[in-house]
Amino acid sequence: MTAMIELANAEKTFTMHLQGGVELPVVRGVSFHVEPGECVVLSGPSGAGKSSILKMIFGNYRCDGGRIGIRHHGSVIDLATAEPRQVLSIRRSTIGYVSQFLRAVPRVATIDVVAEPLIANGVVREEARARAGQLLRRLNIPERLWPLPPSTFSGGEQQRVNIARGFISDLPILLLDEPTASLDAANRAVVVELIAEKKTKGVAMVAIVHDDEIRHLIADRIVDVTSFAAAA
Amino acid sequence: MSELSRLDNDQPLLVAEGLAKNYGQLAACRDVSFSLYPGEVLAIVGESGSGKSTLLQLLSAQLAPSAGCVSYRMRDGVLRDLADLGEAERRFLFRTDWGYVHQDPAQGLRMAVSAGANVGERLMAVGWNHYGRIRDTASTWLERVEIDVGRIDDAPKTYSGGMRQRLQIARNLVTEPRLVFMDEPTGGLDVSVQARLLDLMRNLVSELGLAAIIVTHDLAVARLLSHRVMVMKGGRVIETGLTDQVLDDPREPYTQLLVSSILPP
Repeated sequence: MTAMIELANAEKTFTMHLQGGVELPVVRGVSFHVEPGECVVLSGPSGAGKSSILKMIFGNYRCDGGRIGIRHHGSVIDLATAEPRQVLSIRRSTIGYVSQFLRAVPRVATIDVVAEPLIANGVVREEARARAGQLLRRLNIPERLWPLPPSTFSGGEQQRVNIARGFISDLPILLLDEPTASLDAANRAVVVELIAEKKTKGVAMVAIVHDDEIRHLIADRIVDVTSFAAAA
Repeated sequence: MSELSRLDNDQPLLVAEGLAKNYGQLAACRDVSFSLYPGEVLAIVGESGSGKSTLLQLLSAQLAPSAGCVSYRMRDGVLRDLADLGEAERRFLFRTDWGYVHQDPAQGLRMAVSAGANVGERLMAVGWNHYGRIRDTASTWLERVEIDVGRIDDAPKTYSGGMRQRLQIARNLVTEPRLVFMDEPTGGLDVSVQARLLDLMRNLVSELGLAAIIVTHDLAVARLLSHRVMVMKGGRVIETGLTDQVLDDPREPYTQLLVSSILPP
């Protein structure tokens, strides 16, 4: 395959043992692929399973059936059956995930929160911090906030820190879960620009966006998740 | 790049095969098998009596298994059964290549001698004999664990609980071990002190590329520190996987119960 991501009949069911073993089917028969430089937007109403699919592609939710092929270091690894060590390796050098909420470690300065993924991939600290600074500036986080941990920031500021952290690496796959949800128009425009730049670098992206205007601006293709609804 | 090469290393550092421990009729630990790789942090979680502390003692050769074996890759690259090690090799592991952080710092420290001596002692045990160098290294380590170097000559009995725990960590890491065992390392501490210690441990583990096996009943500790988690119940490993996967998408009834018992922040 030339695709960076290829899902074939992936499925997910939650079994709620504390609720008497109720089976909660989430998605079934999920099949689509993402080519390098392409942004696929998942669409469908709340609860249709968009976030679950994104989490399955990141290996955060387990896949109960089917296949999630990820191109990693030149070969294809099936995330549905990969060992934990392989998943960690994929997350380090292939897949980045920008969630809606920042899960920051207490006491770590914003600039270092953003620089960390680069440092983990062997970039020298000074260079990593310089690149983190450039991104934070573009996303309108004032320099006086950089030395502070982001835990006290507003929701929109935290999300921009999270976006900077997600976009700083040169990973070939990015998963975006509502990257513009609590941003103002100016910052939404910056995120659209960042996504366009990633496309020109050949990054494959899967995104969830509720805003029609943003979806129109970033989507190369739309995959309707309602067709994967698992009948209860 | 050193951390990367360690993490991508394909040779396991420690291998447990079919480990079991019986106390008379009671099976404290049954049929535990796994491999730990260099730079990997594994959390063993479960409630009191689940067998997690017994397992830690088996893995660190403090308890002989009733069945099964633990192998460890020595610095020469050879994987050796811990039960077959000679006394000198065993001492080398305990003094240099391994660390063991106890829940109660008083068990891992000598409470009546100075902080500097507590750290320096591990160095002297591996042949360091230059007083000035030992003291310099001890000072550096006190700084790394955020203890005021002005307190280097004070005994840990004059330290707070959080400082004692940080000192115990310094004492363990000063010999640059490749593997550290931790038994409820944040167990006896206040919440604010815990957060600081966790942050410190997280940084040290990643900077030094340490492998670690951490026993904890606190899932937040597992989430923050570990790559992989094993859930124990009744002496068995009932679920294992990537930490965020097991905690966000738990499969077993008992794991779902554990995860759902956490109060929302």
